[in-house]
Amino acid sequence: MVQEKKSLLKVNNLQKYFTTPQGIVKAVDDVSFAVAPGETLGLVGESGSGKTTAAFTIIGAYQPTDGSIYFQNKQISGKKRSRELKRNIQIVFQDPGSSLNPRQSVRQILTMPLKLHNVVPAAEIGNKIQELLELVELPRDFIHKHPLELGEGEKQSVAIARALSVNPSLIVLDEPTSALDVSMQAKIIKLLGNLQQEFNVAYIFITHDLSLMRNVASRVAIMYLGRICEIARAADFFQQPLHPYTRMLISSVPVVSEEEEALKPPHYTSQGEIPSPVNMPTGCGFHPRCPEKLDICDRQIPESLAIDNNRQVFCHLYRKDQEQKIADSTLRQE
Amino acid sequence: MNSKKTEISADYKKKNWLRRKETLQRAWYKFSANILSVVGLIIVIAVILLAVFAPWVAPHPDHAGAVVDFTATMQSPGAGNLMGTDGVGRDLLSRIIFGFRFSLMMGLVVIGLAAPPGIILGLIAGYYQGTKIDTAIMRFADIFLAVPPLILAMSITSVLSPNIFNAMLAVTLMWWPWYTRLVYGLASSLQNEYFVQSAEVMGASTPHILFKEILPNCISAIFTKITLDMGFVIIIGASLSFVGLGAQPPTPDLGTMVADGAKYMPDQWWLTIFPALAIVFVVLGFNLLGDGLRDVLAVEEV
Repeated sequence: MVQEKKSLLKVNNLQKYFTTPQGIVKAVDDVSFAVAPGETLGLVGESGSGKTTAAFTIIGAYQPTDGSIYFQNKQISGKKRSRELKRNIQIVFQDPGSSLNPRQSVRQILTMPLKLHNVVPAAEIGNKIQELLELVELPRDFIHKHPLELGEGEKQSVAIARALSVNPSLIVLDEPTSALDVSMQAKIIKLLGNLQQEFNVAYIFITHDLSLMRNVASRVAIMYLGRICEIARAADFFQQPLHPYTRMLISSVPVVSEEEEALKPPHYTSQGEIPSPVNMPTGCGFHPRCPEKLDICDRQIPESLAIDNNRQVFCHLYRKDQEQKIADSTLRQE
Repeated sequence: MNSKKTEISADYKKKNWLRRKETLQRAWYKFSANILSVVGLIIVIAVILLAVFAPWVAPHPDHAGAVVDFTATMQSPGAGNLMGTDGVGRDLLSRIIFGFRFSLMMGLVVIGLAAPPGIILGLIAGYYQGTKIDTAIMRFADIFLAVPPLILAMSITSVLSPNIFNAMLAVTLMWWPWYTRLVYGLASSLQNEYFVQSAEVMGASTPHILFKEILPNCISAIFTKITLDMGFVIIIGASLSFVGLGAQPPTPDLGTMVADGAKYMPDQWWLTIFPALAIVFVVLGFNLLGDGLRDVLAVEEV
């Protein structure tokens, strides 16, 4: 696989099933990806595609049903996490309103992690908090405010400051901007970019907003019904999506200018709705909606195909190409 | 740098004080919009003042004890004794004022003993919602809730000797599950909030999560319930005294006075009517105040 040695976080064949009265929900099924130090991996998918479940499994809020998670080359899934590990992986939630305790002041909210992980001596906590506020571009005297007095964007900034306070090497951003208005979104995205450069922290950026992803992610993983369809570098991905589902997604992104329209791949229409995760289609999860469905698609789950060093696609369409390529190269060798 | 810091904190103190003042003003505006709440507040303050300063307020403070004055028995309400005198010549008004002391003490002691364990168990059960800990605590609470309260209290006090402390103990034993229930409902919904999950992910200890993250968000509901419960506990206390299982003579307890006076109905009506009205007065005050607080703190009934 790519970047084997350098990876900060590696997820191998991760599964998370939930048992419900309607049956087993395979929220995350056989998902593998890696995150390098300081990079941003975008995790994209529709609601219900399992991206948040995957994130919650990574931060340890859920125990995986199967599969393994490696962090800094150490297996961490299924065990009680050490303090150090809890410090190293942080999360920023989608809803800033609920992620800050309404009964605590900003000082109390930020003191807890600083004290818990002994980031600075007790006497310097006040100063450290003001520094953190400055980092996330909030005025220093916000230290005395309560969440109720803050706007949504300011709350999210405080949540980011809380995640940053303990110097983590990975922050999971679970749709951090979807609750904000557009001007605030831009500000938060810019802030996150600056912080990444300053602290070399890796992000797993979860979103359903593809145009946002184009601006923030260095690599993108697309999820559909708990499985990954395609992992690619963001530039490649937007230029030439391979999986029929991702082609459909990209062609549905609204654009403003004609130049942008010209850049888009041909329009793909798909039939139907996203199927229920309880009653999953056999084979490839996308086959009932896929315009390029092959015979094999409803029988066999497609395996990972490495198109090149930075790209994997999970689709039977490319199997033939792949086999062809291998055949070509063997021919040449002969 | 240092001067800047002190500047900020001085400025903050002023701002903070202004903000608190504003919050209080807003709360009072909301509270006073309902005239009944204000009446409740006035009654409660009056009762507390009467109870605290009873020895100075009551016309005959010594009549709270075992005083006998056969020259003045069974006098009807009049200029000398505003609410008349009882069978051994004690001034009824003085005894009622001292009776408030015991009623309030009953309420405070019972809630003071019942609320903390009830709240802690509720927090634990709510936080571990859906687990065996939740089931164990909540079913244990249900056992206490399944027994009719007065019957349970009566059986406890009659097994132990009937006095005011055993009465308090009995009422406490049947009262804590209500707090467990209330806090359980709040905590089980709060434990899904992101700020609780965030503390978990950060590695905060369970006591921190229970008492620093969840409990502060339950305080207003608990406070309202305490106010409403004061009235109910006083009624239960008076009921126990009425059937002779609570405060024993010569303690001036309102329930005991009603029971004693009932023998002389309807001729010496003041012996029953005035203590009974006093009970109504206290309980009504606390209930009106509790309702008002519920409106102000926007607490939902659980």
